[in-house]
Amino acid sequence: MTVTQYRSAAPAGSDGFAQLVRAEWTKFRTVRGWMAGMILAGLLTVGVGLLSHGECGSQAGPSAPVVTGGPACSDPLGPGGEAVTDGLYFVHRSLGLDGSITVRVTSLTGSYSPAGASAQDLKQGVQPWSKAGIIIKSSDIAGSAYAAMMVTGSHGVRMQWDYTGDAAGLGGAVSAASPRWLRLSRSGDTITGYDSLDGTHWSVVGTATLTGLPATVPAGPFAASPDYTVVNSRSAAGGSGTGGPSQATAAFDRITLQGAGPDRTWTGTAVGGPPGGPYPVLGYRQSGGGLVVSGSGDIAPVPPSGEGSLANTLIGAFAGLIAMVVVAAMFITAEYRRGLIGVTLTASPRRGRILAAKALVVGLAAFVVGLPAAWAAPLIEDPLARSRGIFIYPVPVLTEVRVIGGTAALLAVAAVLALALGALLRRSAIAVTAVIAVIVLPYFFAVPLALLPAGAADWLLRVTPAAGFAIQQPYPAYQQVTFDYTPGNGYYPLAPWAGFAVLCAWAALALGLAVYLLRRRDA
Amino acid sequence: MKLSGALNAEWTKARTLASTGWLLLAAIAATVAVSTAVAAAVTCPAGNCAEDPAKISLTGVYLGQAVVAILAVLMISGEYSTGMIRVTLAAMPGRATVLAAKAAILTGLVLAAGAVAVLGCVLAGHIILPGHGIGPSHGYPSLSLGDGPVLRATAGSVLYLVLVALLSLGTAAAVRDSGTAIGVVLGLLYLFPIVAAVLGGSPLGRHLQQIGPMTAGLAIQATTGLRHLPISPWAGLGVLAAWTAAALLAGGLVLCLRDA
Repeated sequence: MTVTQYRSAAPAGSDGFAQLVRAEWTKFRTVRGWMAGMILAGLLTVGVGLLSHGECGSQAGPSAPVVTGGPACSDPLGPGGEAVTDGLYFVHRSLGLDGSITVRVTSLTGSYSPAGASAQDLKQGVQPWSKAGIIIKSSDIAGSAYAAMMVTGSHGVRMQWDYTGDAAGLGGAVSAASPRWLRLSRSGDTITGYDSLDGTHWSVVGTATLTGLPATVPAGPFAASPDYTVVNSRSAAGGSGTGGPSQATAAFDRITLQGAGPDRTWTGTAVGGPPGGPYPVLGYRQSGGGLVVSGSGDIAPVPPSGEGSLANTLIGAFAGLIAMVVVAAMFITAEYRRGLIGVTLTASPRRGRILAAKALVVGLAAFVVGLPAAWAAPLIEDPLARSRGIFIYPVPVLTEVRVIGGTAALLAVAAVLALALGALLRRSAIAVTAVIAVIVLPYFFAVPLALLPAGAADWLLRVTPAAGFAIQQPYPAYQQVTFDYTPGNGYYPLAPWAGFAVLCAWAALALGLAVYLLRRRDA
Repeated sequence: MKLSGALNAEWTKARTLASTGWLLLAAIAATVAVSTAVAAAVTCPAGNCAEDPAKISLTGVYLGQAVVAILAVLMISGEYSTGMIRVTLAAMPGRATVLAAKAAILTGLVLAAGAVAVLGCVLAGHIILPGHGIGPSHGYPSLSLGDGPVLRATAGSVLYLVLVALLSLGTAAAVRDSGTAIGVVLGLLYLFPIVAAVLGGSPLGRHLQQIGPMTAGLAIQATTGLRHLPISPWAGLGVLAAWTAAALLAGGLVLCLRDA
């Protein structure tokens, strides 16, 4: 007797990965609370930044340890479109299409005003980035293109151009015993900087191309000196830097201009308006065959921070992240709680694929919610801030795409990490706390708490999943500007993609461990 | 009699769950470990930094409170997830009594564990900080419980942990699901300071620090620079107590009015 096995007449269902993803997506979208949680995450990401309500020019209170100054009212824009500061005193004659200017700098001295000091309390000394040298500038309008060779307070000879360009030349400080020779030579739009110790042996420091430089441009000696600042290096939150204006005075001689224009006399100009504070008299005087020039201010990029910076606008991502993490962890822990995991594993016995499908669904959902939220945040907040007179620091388009897309990706990877920890720990409360402890808490310890020394705080933001927030850094840290480049001001210790890679590595590790344990453990 | 029975029942549940002991141990370990690490990391070689030895020693509370919150949330959400809540409410139909009993047991547990954790922190600070330039020989107040402000910071931190636990219990009673409850509690605690940090010294940032349960509550830890605090220590703890009362009220109402 033969036994015929029963076979269902229904056609065999497909059990590919696509079906699994569809099943997980159905579970995800049909739980109303989770959908509400995702929408809440999106709204929080957009909305929290709306709390910003500063007025331009308002300074942070004396007890505010976190921000450095209030939001800016306006900054000139440099040729690259970035916010810059352009304040210097320069003495110029006109230079034609082909020509050069050469000087010898014999001294650089300065004075500065410690916080709150009046003109009588000036202290002697140059700032690390006090600058004096020669400059070719397309006009005396703030923000115009330039190339300059300079001696600095403590960074040796530099060639700088168009605010962000910076190349190092000879080291050491300048003095009458050890003067520095500087030369800028122009050939059309190309300007090459040279330095020399003796005026005979020259070496190239850098070359800059200033597109659209007029045929005749002002060129000559200049001096500038950025504000004296005490960077609170202890706190990663960025201390409220105390400081005040400073001034630099430099002596130039052996000035030669080749290819000079018809004018035979020097003209002095204070770019960026006359400086305020305790330095009413800046300018130049002829001394022997040379010039002595005094200037205050800085010709450099502005490191954006605080209100008006994209990093601030996207602060809502923290709130969105917490909501997203709760939903993502529950996406797996709820299965254990309800016993649905048994059905899921029976329907699809290949356990690794289940987690992969879940990760795909929750990651994509988080990205799809996060992307429009992160995109909308500056669209909504920037006009409101502008209406209060706040200057919105410009961000290059590609950087903005990276920051906004990166914020969505940050939420997505955090959701996957939450899912993995949920699968590992199986209890929602513990999984959610664990994710918040590894992503939000390191940032909290490093920034708002501000108890850790900067070094320790930096390490927290290098090795923990919180390193991923680096993807949100919208502006580069300029080493030629003294500033508190701290996470609190929107500057992270790791490069954007490196920080994001650290977060991804943690998520991958947790997911791998979760797959391994899901296979080994009974459900 | 009714309350003592409820207390007995809740105490039995709390003491016989393996997770209770582990979470209390974890809370103590996390608190002391973070405090020790921060105390070891902070240095003040010049001896003139604006450091607050008590605040540094008690930093672990920032992490310990999260573990305490898990314990508090599981105390009631755990019952919902296993269905135990129906047995509990069948045995003790007075729902307010159930919540009160849970709150009382939780208070006792967190008081005990919190005291151990916070004293451990103070001890760690007492041993470590003088070696890092923050001690009596450098002009800082000695970190001893005989000192008024230090005693206030220490006892206040224990009270803070109790209030956070009760806040979590109330929230969990209101939203029931453990994941959601812990998300709400940790969001309430950590988001205020993060957003306030971004707003900086603006009036709104200061207001956020005054009304945030953690930023206000942990003002109790400050022993120096009291004039610059956004809110005075005991008023801050009062703000947290108001949050806790609101959460317990909401949780109690939901528990009494909704079907389990």
